[in-house]
Amino acid sequence: MKETIKKKLKLKVSAIKDGTVIDHIPASNLFKVISILGLDKIENQITFGTNLESEKLGAKAIIKVSDKFFADDEINKIALIAPHAKLNIIKDYEVVEKKVVEIPETIKGIVKCFNPKCITNHEKIATCFSVIAKEPLALKCKYCEKITSEDQIRMY
Amino acid sequence: MKKDLISITDYSKEEYLKIMKLAAEFEENPNQDLLKGKVVASLFFEPSTRTRLSFETAINRLGGRIVGFADPDSSSASKGETLHDTIRMVSNYADLIVMRHPLEGAARYAAEISPVPVINAGDGANQHPTQTLLDMYSILKTQGTLDNMNIFMVGDLKYGRTVHSLLMAMSEFKNPIFNFIAPKELEMPRVYKMFLREKGIKFFEYKEFTDIISEADIIYMTRVQKERFSDPIEYEKVKNVYILRNSMLNKTKPNMKILHPLPRVNEIHPDVDSNEKAYYFTQARNGVFTREAIIAHTMNLK
Repeated sequence: MKETIKKKLKLKVSAIKDGTVIDHIPASNLFKVISILGLDKIENQITFGTNLESEKLGAKAIIKVSDKFFADDEINKIALIAPHAKLNIIKDYEVVEKKVVEIPETIKGIVKCFNPKCITNHEKIATCFSVIAKEPLALKCKYCEKITSEDQIRMY
Repeated sequence: MKKDLISITDYSKEEYLKIMKLAAEFEENPNQDLLKGKVVASLFFEPSTRTRLSFETAINRLGGRIVGFADPDSSSASKGETLHDTIRMVSNYADLIVMRHPLEGAARYAAEISPVPVINAGDGANQHPTQTLLDMYSILKTQGTLDNMNIFMVGDLKYGRTVHSLLMAMSEFKNPIFNFIAPKELEMPRVYKMFLREKGIKFFEYKEFTDIISEADIIYMTRVQKERFSDPIEYEKVKNVYILRNSMLNKTKPNMKILHPLPRVNEIHPDVDSNEKAYYFTQARNGVFTREAIIAHTMNLK
């Protein structure tokens, strides 16, 4: 019990009553995560911290969104840029569920096709990839059928 | 569901066989008024005289009418219209769209927008499925089967979309063997070799063009295309590496046939043309019947 009190005292981002905490986001991708999840367009109360110490990531970020619970396919969109993200679902100040993100079977938007001759790089088209390998990541473009590998991935 | 043909893998093995059967029927009887009263849009955002004439001949032999353009300079694309808008407009007018485009993925995108079926007549270095079907028809016609074929692919195996599609399609049939002859710069991409390994299909790679071809049922020659190279020096290095000459054919199997998607530059010496194993001009003729078959299948006319 003492441990948890100490931990709570150390919290740099205040606790929320109901909602979702997304932890272990690489600090450099915090604003991309916010944009992909559309958090910049909703009216819920959001607090976040960034450049927090993390053994795993060096510098991590954390987001707390009040009264928001994500569907799996919604949250999995961030798997490409925050593969180690962990979700705590909070109800009445208690963690009621923990989740990890998973790379989805298909990825819509978010990633650019690496092929300069792909139609998606010439007209306003939302990209669409099927994930053909997860480790390391390999994405096959639905349009030009070329494979974008992990080191070639660029985001919109 | 409309039946677009964008990639060779859009068709099942059953559909390949149906197209082969229909192509043979059209070869027997090429003039059939199946497209009477129909309008086909022929949209060539990149000039390709051979493919366009082959398609337009097929449409004419089926009794259809054609609207469209033969090169982008005479289309609204030259005024900056998006592909999206061109397809939206043309699909209001026509019952079928045949399109060629320099950008990869353009045909798949057009098929998503268009309520009428789209046949891909080539999208950049990506796909050219009607070429593959006519190649298969040529193999079936000359060998009597698509099973147990020993196929030698020569030249540009890196950028040559026709060899990639033919490899995918022939892998659906029993016990194919592939032999790849290419310089290092133009070797078969890793994804296709992985695909063959996963399917347990035998393949061999060579740098030299020698008497190993005595095992071949089919030699598939390709042109090294200047426009696929960003570096002109790379092109100059590899353009003259493999040339097939008549003297090389003495020890080849009697059933062996030489295919080439055409146009050729210098990779098949003209002294091969009179050899009965040279099949590339007949192969081009087969294209009209194959395209009649594809159109009839796409439009649910057969």
